[in-house]
Amino acid sequence: MERRTLFPGKLLPIALMAPQLLLTFIFFLWPAARAIEESVTAANAFGTDTLFVGFDNFAALFTDSQYWSSVGRTLFFCAAVSLVAMTLGLLFANFADRNLRGKNWYRTFFIWPYAVAPALSAVVWVFLADPQIGLIGRYLGPNWNYGLNGNQAMGLVIAASAWKQVSYNFIFYLAALQSIPRSLVEAATLDGARGFTRFRTIIWPLLWPTTMFLLVVNLVYAAFDTFGTIYALTGGGPAGATETLVVKVYEDGYIGNDIGGSAAQSVALMVLVVALVSLQFKFLNRRTAA
Amino acid sequence: MMRQNNYLAHAVLIFGVLLFLLPIWVMLAGATQHAGAIARGDISLIPDIHGLGIFWQALFFKGVASAGYPVWHMLLVSFAMALGIAVGKIAISLISAFAVVFFRFPLRRVLFWTIFLTLMLPVEVRIIPSFAVLSSLHLVNTYGGLTLPLIASATATLLFRQVFAAIPDELVEAARLDGAGPLTFLRDMVLPVSRANIAALFVILFVYGWNQYLWPLLVASTPAYSTIVLGIVQMISPDEMTPWNMIMATTTLALLPPIVVVILLQRAFVRGLTDVDK
Repeated sequence: MERRTLFPGKLLPIALMAPQLLLTFIFFLWPAARAIEESVTAANAFGTDTLFVGFDNFAALFTDSQYWSSVGRTLFFCAAVSLVAMTLGLLFANFADRNLRGKNWYRTFFIWPYAVAPALSAVVWVFLADPQIGLIGRYLGPNWNYGLNGNQAMGLVIAASAWKQVSYNFIFYLAALQSIPRSLVEAATLDGARGFTRFRTIIWPLLWPTTMFLLVVNLVYAAFDTFGTIYALTGGGPAGATETLVVKVYEDGYIGNDIGGSAAQSVALMVLVVALVSLQFKFLNRRTAA
Repeated sequence: MMRQNNYLAHAVLIFGVLLFLLPIWVMLAGATQHAGAIARGDISLIPDIHGLGIFWQALFFKGVASAGYPVWHMLLVSFAMALGIAVGKIAISLISAFAVVFFRFPLRRVLFWTIFLTLMLPVEVRIIPSFAVLSSLHLVNTYGGLTLPLIASATATLLFRQVFAAIPDELVEAARLDGAGPLTFLRDMVLPVSRANIAALFVILFVYGWNQYLWPLLVASTPAYSTIVLGIVQMISPDEMTPWNMIMATTTLALLPPIVVVILLQRAFVRGLTDVDK
């Protein structure tokens, strides 16, 4: 890894790194430091001065039952989106890996949804599910109204979020399936392993590193990238039924103007991201090794 | 046995294709129909060929909240934002990875890990403080505000570092014997060998930039900087009485550019994604 031949000079490389470093400091480290600072301060009643309040904001956050129900809701939402998107991605990749007629067309048809914006996948699903105009929604009867029914709203944001993510999982599972040596699968077939048995005993274990990697990516996607889908589809409603943690940070901080509380939420989220990204790198190394 | 298996495979795959195409088809067909019919719940899956003009009219459509800025203007803003982010991110990541791999200088490792740290801070978790920083720099409602905070990237730097590390030492030695300076080496050697990676990154980053929603929602508070994704979400809000066929046509126009980029550069994109997104 270490290079023997290098170019001399100290100023040029620092100049080359400068733009990246400058942006990192201004737009990543400074805001992160501010979030930490704001999370331990509170503004006085006139907003003219701030005082140090220690962990008060965190104490208020962690004793707030609404926050914990948002945590629970986010966990459920992330698990559901990951499960649906990964299962479908694997199902389609498994069949698209065969030597079928038109397999290249199939692949293209599964890859394009990657390009759909999360916020626009919400709009597309309105055309399907809206109780008045939706292609399917209008036949679901008077009890179907995701603007009023929290469970229906949750189901819908899960469907719209998972729908957009299937293609990502498809791409990775297909690449993993293609890297399994044919001879291995053929040997198993000769030994009498067919169909689902062959999949369960030979292919699934070989896909395990990819599955773990995708699980982390899907959890990160569901936790952070679905703001657009949820906000456009339900606005976090009805009555907070689809308010995930990121929607809550936005609502409390930007709309509700609760700077200290929102900053404490941001810091809690950062801890979560650090944990998830560390996991991702752990599985990444295993995936490359496999 | 094999034949039967293939029927099952085709059946599952066709189901999957429809699962993704049907919602898009509803939108395409719906756009060509009368707004009143759609609002009554009479969307037909058969497009009305007399209504195809809607896709052209949509370009000039102005929503109530858009203060006179038509859809084509929002598309341009999205283009500028996506291109700015893709080109900017590739450029600064390329040169910083070049510096890390081909030079030794003080604090090299510390600086590299500082960049790496940005992986831990996606914009969604630092919404409010990032916005505060941006407004103190007077970048709200500017193209700089839309693009700069999304340009710094650890992933692209990590990818280029990997690619550059695979360039053999002999090549660097030969270049130095020929009297080539580092910048000549970057232009004549490093850029050509990383062309495929640049193409793949371009697709990923263009799509990433085009599809942003939360960041423009904060930064573009005047319609002059509204992106198309932002504009459409505004159109479906209850207080805007936009005709449905117009919303569907506009959504089609908004979905098209990133999809075209992904399909055209499909090969580079798929290989790149499975390499990059680690």
